[in-house]
Amino acid sequence: MEHERRYELLVIGGSAGALQTVMEITSAIRSTSGLSIIVVLHRKPSEDDVLVSLLAAKSDFEVKEVDDKDDLKPGYIFIAPPDYHVLIEKDRTLSLDDSEKVNFSRPSIDVTFESAAEIVGERLICVLLSGANADGVAGLVTAKEKGAFIVVQDPSDSEFPVMPQQAVDQVSVDMLLNQNNLNALMSILNVSR
Amino acid sequence: MKTGSGIELTDQQIELLLGDLIDRYGYDFTDYSRASFKRRVTRLMDQDRFLSFAEFRFRLIDDASYLTRFVEQVTVNVTEMFRDPHFYRTLREQILPVLATWPMIRIWHAGCSTGEEVYSLAILLKEANLQHKAVQYATDINPSVLQTARAGIFPLSQMKQYSENYILSGGRADFSSYYTAQYSSAKFDESLGKRVVLATHNLVSDGTFNEFQLILCRNVMIYFDKALQDKAMRLFYDSLETLGYLALGSKETIKFTSMAHKYKQLEGRERIWRKIA
Repeated sequence: MEHERRYELLVIGGSAGALQTVMEITSAIRSTSGLSIIVVLHRKPSEDDVLVSLLAAKSDFEVKEVDDKDDLKPGYIFIAPPDYHVLIEKDRTLSLDDSEKVNFSRPSIDVTFESAAEIVGERLICVLLSGANADGVAGLVTAKEKGAFIVVQDPSDSEFPVMPQQAVDQVSVDMLLNQNNLNALMSILNVSR
Repeated sequence: MKTGSGIELTDQQIELLLGDLIDRYGYDFTDYSRASFKRRVTRLMDQDRFLSFAEFRFRLIDDASYLTRFVEQVTVNVTEMFRDPHFYRTLREQILPVLATWPMIRIWHAGCSTGEEVYSLAILLKEANLQHKAVQYATDINPSVLQTARAGIFPLSQMKQYSENYILSGGRADFSSYYTAQYSSAKFDESLGKRVVLATHNLVSDGTFNEFQLILCRNVMIYFDKALQDKAMRLFYDSLETLGYLALGSKETIKFTSMAHKYKQLEGRERIWRKIA
């Protein structure tokens, strides 16, 4: 297997129709993998922590919305808060940024993919899921250049195929994710350390 | 990080730029959050269509007027009225009644940007009948945003959102009674800006200038690294009366700073702390 290398960070980006798949992925990863996970989902600002509860119910990771300068610790799922971009610093802390929307989105998947790629490089896995706009694709291009492992949801398997389709068109994808090969992804991710 | 023109800045180039800004202009961005700073600079180079880092660097050193644009574009000036309405509800219901017991109320908006939060609070003070004994000091590193704040003119297109926020914050008046619509602008009632003092202030290099009962610094310190956050927190501590309040953005915390033990967080989930020691 070429997946001898250990991954440090998994960033999952998604928009319309992505939540179900996010839950399938996060519930299948064990915290013994030593991974940190960042989830960037386009969603409406809300005052409650539904997403945190949803993911926490089926995961042995600690789940939290990012607070500025949180340590990017293993065993944690960090959720991008509505209305903030999430960036990664060299010292493995997370910075929030409330500047202009990117691709009409804040949080923007591109912003986190690009920042993660710059800091984590080939120890990064990017997963881009269902969505109806073009966010995430430019970030995947950068991540690919920096040696990250690129996973895109199979457009024919996506509720909203626009986002993954653009990714497939523009990036050389390492793995197309569908209902049948989630286990293959998990065997890459669940390497104990 | 990539730009549309394909320029990727190295850490070394960022260091050069930071050095230039200090040596030439006395602006110190060294302890800004590096990831965000780099992203903002890259974005500016892309926007202004520089073909190389060398060209960009030369322009910044050579043309002092370009510094103004640099500071405007690299610092983030996104703000809105009654942002996080529940925060304003807490100010209205829990904080202002306490401030009302002081003979004079001094408030500091540190990093006020274009002033939307200043006008929001002015409306709260007015509705609580506290305007006559309150003074709001509003400061920002960036002189041009202060001009907007002084004028009190904001895009009319935002008013629907602001009005909804205002109602969610517990406002009972007709929000549109606070401004006059002119073409695509909303000009806020001048009486709201009357007891507001606007000034430039750099949280990196400038010191304390008064004692306050309430300091608001929301979504400013996210652009600082931990060391600079710590420095700013000491400045706020020195600028706050005992039992005064410090209000941060909804995803900011003081728990990573050396001042954490001198404050007690308000019950609930608001990011408001009270100076207790």
